[in-house]
Amino acid sequence: MNKSINTFKELAEVCQENNKQIYEVTQKYEAELADITEKDIRQIVKKSLDAMKESIKNGLQCKEMSISGMCGDDCDRLQKKYQTEGAIFGKTFEKITTYALATIEENLRMGKIAACPTAGSCAIVPSVLIGVSEDFNISEEDQINALITAGTIGRIISTKVALAGAVAGCQAECGVASAMAAGALTQMRGGSISQILNAVALAMKNLLGLTCDPVCGLVEIPCVKRNPFLAIHSVTASELALAGVESKIPLDEVIDALEQTGKLMSPLLKESSQAGLATTKTALKLKQTLFK
Amino acid sequence: MKQTSMIDIISPVMVGPSSSHTAGAIRLGLLAKNIYNEVPDKVTFKLYNSFAQTGKGHGTDKGLLSGVLGLNVDDIRIKDIFNSELAKEFEYEFQYLEDFNRHPNAVDIIFEGRRNMKISGNSVGAGEIEITNIDEFSVSLTGKYNTLLLIYKDVPNMISRVTNSIHVNIASFHCDRYAKGEEASMCICLDGEINQKIIDFLYLIEDVYMIRYIKKLES
Repeated sequence: MNKSINTFKELAEVCQENNKQIYEVTQKYEAELADITEKDIRQIVKKSLDAMKESIKNGLQCKEMSISGMCGDDCDRLQKKYQTEGAIFGKTFEKITTYALATIEENLRMGKIAACPTAGSCAIVPSVLIGVSEDFNISEEDQINALITAGTIGRIISTKVALAGAVAGCQAECGVASAMAAGALTQMRGGSISQILNAVALAMKNLLGLTCDPVCGLVEIPCVKRNPFLAIHSVTASELALAGVESKIPLDEVIDALEQTGKLMSPLLKESSQAGLATTKTALKLKQTLFK
Repeated sequence: MKQTSMIDIISPVMVGPSSSHTAGAIRLGLLAKNIYNEVPDKVTFKLYNSFAQTGKGHGTDKGLLSGVLGLNVDDIRIKDIFNSELAKEFEYEFQYLEDFNRHPNAVDIIFEGRRNMKISGNSVGAGEIEITNIDEFSVSLTGKYNTLLLIYKDVPNMISRVTNSIHVNIASFHCDRYAKGEEASMCICLDGEINQKIIDFLYLIEDVYMIRYIKKLES
């Protein structure tokens, strides 16, 4: 098992042949790669998990604006709304959406976060994993298992597509984060390997073509609000997969489509802020007032 | 295909908001500090293209300075570095430029002091960086390997004299020079570590002007 696994088909085969979970296969491989113990690998993962929890905690209490002054107080707004009127989908929905805003707002005010897979998409995986863990009494060990699963999904995708808006658009940042969260959540809820990979495929398929057109070139508009949206999106994918809904297009082929879509996407829509939301009348006005 | 790690996908733990414009900037500063390896009187940062246009909003300026001051990517002091006591260690200045022959996220870090040195590099995405030039020499440093950098006189057998002394597996090797027989540079990325004894030994080689052992950056 000391060979790098670079497709989801291979991953499923290795798991099934050895009767192992994705995180078990990964932690063994990573330990061999870095020449350390599996326990050490889990400790490194825990460091990211702890940082994620800290960003949520800090973000929930803060409404300081970003350097640009464009974003930073929406998590506070959402918490106040839920205090007076709960979300129609219940407590866990409230947690996921507020945790996502808390984390991404910490990021834009130069607070400490764990990039997952990137800084601009850092709130999707933690808000889902930690929000659900709290409400369903998931142990820390199981949270680490889920985070390793998320990382494995992102790593395999990254062998084909660079996880950067400048290379493949937001589908490769927030899109991949949502796919990672969908798979990790499905694993955490006891889904089979096939259900996990279907959740990833369902989430990813639905986000193909998502562009990266940040207003004023900053990780703020539309990135901030996209995080809570796509956190909930990953829960939908997980529910469908756990019900036995399958992606008719196998996951590896979905990733091929992701790669192709990224290549075909105009450079104007890949983090260069030369089209889309970034060149709307209001965005251009904001840019003038910001960078005088 | 190059080996990749799951850990890279769920890290680093860093201050926001951008892996390329914030974490990458901090790492560029850190690596430049390790190369210069002295306390400067003044540091000038020349930011190019996207670094210049969106750097302020991303804290690129704060990141670069913090790196040169030795702070790591997860240090919460970076946000207020301009008001920090730490930032009084030396004078600093930022310049914002456009040059489309340079990388979109390029920077020159110019040290003035007992020794002057100009270090150029790029933030290439996801917090990954490369130092491409030191003074007029082209080099290739990513911070992922312990690296030995030598400036020496371009004379025969220099490479064998150096490599015969280090006894560690070499991951990559890069040489450059001004002109035949003049100053040259050697940049050796290592799989393992070397100790001070080996560095002292390298100084005994005739015509070696400068040696830096640059430790890999924490990921």
